[in-house]
Amino acid sequence: MSVLTKQASGAAAALAAPARGTPKRGPSRRTNQRSGYLFLLPWFLGMLFTIIPFFASLYLAFTDYNLFTEPNFVGLANFQAMFEDPRLLQSLKVTFIYTFVSVPISLGIALLVALVLNRGLSGLSIYRSVYYLPSLLGGSVAIVMLWRYIFGNDGIVNGFLGWFGIQGPAWVTDPEFALSTLLVLNVWTFGSPMVIFLAGLRQVPTMYYEAASIDGASKWRQFRAITLPLISPIIFFNLIMQLIGSFQTFTQGYVMSGGTGGPADSTLFYNLYLYQKGFTEFEMGYASAMAWLLLMIIAIFTAINFIASKFWVFYDN
Amino acid sequence: MALLELPVKNKQKKEEAPEDALTGTPGTRFSRHLILCLVGLVMLYPLLWLISSSFKPSNDIFRQLGLWPENWDFSNYEQGWNALNQPFHVYLINSLIVVVFSIIGNIFSCALAAYAFARMEFTGRKLFFALMLGTLMLPGHVLLVPQYIIFSQLGWLDTYLPLIVPNFMATNAFFIFLMVQFMKALPKELDDAAQIDGCGPFRTFLRVIMPLCIPAMATTAIFTFISTWNEFFGPLLYIQNQDLYTVPLALRAFMDSEGQSMWGPMFAMSVVSIAPIIGFFIAGQKYLINGIATAGLK
Repeated sequence: MSVLTKQASGAAAALAAPARGTPKRGPSRRTNQRSGYLFLLPWFLGMLFTIIPFFASLYLAFTDYNLFTEPNFVGLANFQAMFEDPRLLQSLKVTFIYTFVSVPISLGIALLVALVLNRGLSGLSIYRSVYYLPSLLGGSVAIVMLWRYIFGNDGIVNGFLGWFGIQGPAWVTDPEFALSTLLVLNVWTFGSPMVIFLAGLRQVPTMYYEAASIDGASKWRQFRAITLPLISPIIFFNLIMQLIGSFQTFTQGYVMSGGTGGPADSTLFYNLYLYQKGFTEFEMGYASAMAWLLLMIIAIFTAINFIASKFWVFYDN
Repeated sequence: MALLELPVKNKQKKEEAPEDALTGTPGTRFSRHLILCLVGLVMLYPLLWLISSSFKPSNDIFRQLGLWPENWDFSNYEQGWNALNQPFHVYLINSLIVVVFSIIGNIFSCALAAYAFARMEFTGRKLFFALMLGTLMLPGHVLLVPQYIIFSQLGWLDTYLPLIVPNFMATNAFFIFLMVQFMKALPKELDDAAQIDGCGPFRTFLRVIMPLCIPAMATTAIFTFISTWNEFFGPLLYIQNQDLYTVPLALRAFMDSEGQSMWGPMFAMSVVSIAPIIGFFIAGQKYLINGIATAGLK
């Protein structure tokens, strides 16, 4: 990549040379304006296609729209109904448990593995690829299906536990354990935050560590005093992205439960319930209200993170 | 957006950092490798088990934990291929159609927008850029109901248009962001030189900037491929006609109809469905790793 850029700058220098001395010219400001907007034309269309639905869904959240009859304004009725809807509360619980258990675990593992990989190992790129591959597959139907069978009654997990004389539970069909199989699946995809951590760790100048070890700082102290502050923006970035992503989990719950969110709603993710409400029961007003509640939840958690980040994220500007 | 700028910093030192000097005694190095290999094996075991099961007779699959099939059975692939309404290659072709158009759409529309953001001056540029970054964090489900209504009123249900057309409207802010970062790193003199040689903005973009952005476009193409190939929610929503199913929908239908008995054929088709991803991953690793390190793409 850098070779290309170098070639480009060489070519540019060669091209620019004869132009030296000529007065600065080029298209008038107006043409530049116009072509700027022209380049953005597809994006403007896309924005229209984002902004109009954005406000339309806000409006629909206050109606009883059902796809077949005209929407009637119902005020806050959808939001009131949500707080009395046991399935909605259950779906929030499932989504929160999933997020707040699997995100810290997978980020922790990602950081730990990145730290080990960053210690100068031969074969780094092989390890990196092996750990990264699952995160490309974690959202695919094939893998969620596979998970169903791995954790099935006579699947390999119970087979493995059987070697130690442990009778494994019916992971997929027992409401107490169904969600945990998906937690494991999410942790399995720790590779993508790991690669981001690794890229961050490589930016920490080695001379800091050299200076610290001359001063007699232990490895742990070096990690606390050098590594952690310098990669804290990356931890923050990963945390935000993982939170936002995991609040929106859908495919895993859908495929694992055959679309029901079962057993006993134990894998009823928020977006799965939203889908059921909007597109199987056609309560689209209610589904829009749900979407806005999720947006607010995500916004609140993101805001909390941003505020908290002032106390622990270190920006080296 | 300090949040997004920092990971981008990584890009400045694009070239792979030189292999660090090996640290630790040979003993600690060995134990590190041992742990990493074990973790890697645990990570890969489900995939290896899937592949090996696709070659086992259905009855053997849950009886043998081992990876090496005792009785090789290649008929799983044949059976799986013909288990649904249509032979499996129909679903592969369906997915391929969606993927190819999505890639073309993403590359062109996002590169156009990125060029405007990265290298042109016009009123409102900063505002639009901020708006674009804002959409990065917008959960897609907020737009879902109205977009569904629009698509259904256009008569686009049961076509691939709802899956393809948004990609031609630069709706994927991640890729715009990635390309903006890349284009900003190219020397400004390029545009001036092209202009002096008589290129208008569009020709400059097409002939000078685009060819230099091939790495960023490759990253975009690979990420679009993987996410579109895996995409389940969009097709589930918009495609009802079984003949138009994409691969994930076909697999789900397989599981619903035959999943209780035909494990072998189902695993065979699962392997077929993830093989292109693994292939692209192996071929395009460099771009993938750069992409996630640059823009935090998944």
